[in-house]
Amino acid sequence: MFLFAALAVLPYLLSYSQQEIAVLLVINVLLVCSYRLLTLTGEWSLGHVVIMGVGAYASALLAKRLGVPVPLSLLLGACIAAATAAVLSIPLFRMKGFYFLIGSFAAGEIIRLIWKRFTNPFGGPKGLKRIDPFPDIDIGFLSIDFYEPVNYYFLALIIVSASVFILYRIERSRIGLTFHAIHWQDRLAESVGVDTFRYRTLAFVIASFFAGIAGGLYAHYIGAVNPTRFSVDQMVYVLVWAIVGGTATFYGPILGVVVLTVINEIVLRGLGVDTARPLIYGAILILSVLYLPNGLESLGPRLRARWQRWRGGTVMAGGEAP
Amino acid sequence: MNGQDEQPILEARHLTRRFGGLVAVNKFNFSVRAGTIHGLIGPNGAGKTTTFNVISGYYAPTEGQVFFRGIDVSGRKTSQLAEMGLIRTFQGSTLFQEFSVLDNVRVGRHLGARAGFFSRLLGTDVLSERKADEMARESLAFFGLEHLADEPVSNLPHGHQRMLGMAVALAAEPEVLLLDEPFTGMNPEETGRMMTLVRRIRDRGVTVMLVEHDMRAVMNLCDRITVMNFGALLIEGSPEAVRHDPAVIEAYLGSGAARDADGPKRADGADGAA
Repeated sequence: MFLFAALAVLPYLLSYSQQEIAVLLVINVLLVCSYRLLTLTGEWSLGHVVIMGVGAYASALLAKRLGVPVPLSLLLGACIAAATAAVLSIPLFRMKGFYFLIGSFAAGEIIRLIWKRFTNPFGGPKGLKRIDPFPDIDIGFLSIDFYEPVNYYFLALIIVSASVFILYRIERSRIGLTFHAIHWQDRLAESVGVDTFRYRTLAFVIASFFAGIAGGLYAHYIGAVNPTRFSVDQMVYVLVWAIVGGTATFYGPILGVVVLTVINEIVLRGLGVDTARPLIYGAILILSVLYLPNGLESLGPRLRARWQRWRGGTVMAGGEAP
Repeated sequence: MNGQDEQPILEARHLTRRFGGLVAVNKFNFSVRAGTIHGLIGPNGAGKTTTFNVISGYYAPTEGQVFFRGIDVSGRKTSQLAEMGLIRTFQGSTLFQEFSVLDNVRVGRHLGARAGFFSRLLGTDVLSERKADEMARESLAFFGLEHLADEPVSNLPHGHQRMLGMAVALAAEPEVLLLDEPFTGMNPEETGRMMTLVRRIRDRGVTVMLVEHDMRAVMNLCDRITVMNFGALLIEGSPEAVRHDPAVIEAYLGSGAARDADGPKRADGADGAA
């Protein structure tokens, strides 16, 4: 409850540019949560951001070219991302571990080359611009303009919360148990009837579906996508969020993306050390890996208790505003 | 022998597996009758483990066939064979070490606890899951591990881990259970207990086939024994027949005499056989 109240009050405490960052942060939470689902089976992909891009391009093109209404195009874009993963899994899951990592990287680069090479319909290196935004809601007494970051923040928050909840349910079900089992002993899992290829594919497809949703949310917010936005640099950020946050628990990667974004975008930007920002950011990463090898999640319980006390204060202060 | 007229539940015909130039299994034949405990023995390097890996679908045979319930299953995947009722165990403590004891056995119920994706999501699989939990606990109880259900596996002593490996396999409701060296690393008392359990598994109607080095255990436990040497069949018969077969004695003693470096090791095997 405190968490929801805090999330509801949050944008009103931020500046305009910080609100924009908050929107991207919410989208990145879904990206990293979906990535964690894939890592449950023990496979780390380098193509996850590209898959997010597949969702973004697909949703944008469906809306721009075919006039599909935007919320529907988002869902269809996610389905196309999932279908792409299903096709890619046929060659990729013949590999494991390091080979899968490289294979997924290569597959991602092929997709990015297709975007660059085929100007029609993908717009080439410049990508797609003027992507339809979410339609404004205007029903007399209520009108919501999704150009406003605050409004888009709430929209993204609702969609992402629902998606994260579904991911959580999957992990806690027998499907999640089976994913873990494949990770720790795939031969033993096979011996009691687990089709490891099917389950790896399932994890990849589900993760890609939600990455596609994140991509669609991104495309219709920014209004433009290009191949560079989904390059491997961006993938490294996802890896860093997951590793610094820790992947042993469900909330580890969420913690990672939130803490690192706050440090990078708000604290360091606020300090005005703009040119030295990557340097300091890098130092923080090295220190956190050195001194918190199990990720921020190992700090979890203590941190949460402290945060909740702090949040309790803000909720009371913000409660009178509306 | 009326048994001979029956169709074997598991059979290999001219089974061959090559790795590059090495022939690990060479035109090997055996047949396992339903409801028996069947031993597969042979000197080190005879190809027992490779044979096991081919039967259980980890390797495809280079040539020849494996028949399960009269169906040619050569080259099928391990998970497909498991679905048909052919379940194997592994040497040592191959377990989900990071899971609790109960969760290990719950994974073993994979095939028995089917549910659709959305019913998992919505939690409507609760009935089949409760049933799976029940059967998992029953499987633990069979091996006397029920009081350890919530322990992490890594806390279990070696003997218990071996039992748990069997409990996972039994939870999958096998028709044929393949045991890969079930007595290795066990003290005589644990071996005795395990032998009793294997007999009880057979008495439940499960056919058991095992690879094992402990000759005394094999001779006491098995109804039928297949001996292989250099990847091929040496003899198949009752423990009595195998024990006194000159070819078997020679295989164990002879190979030891031929390769002096391995002498003591081979002699151990021969002591057991004699």
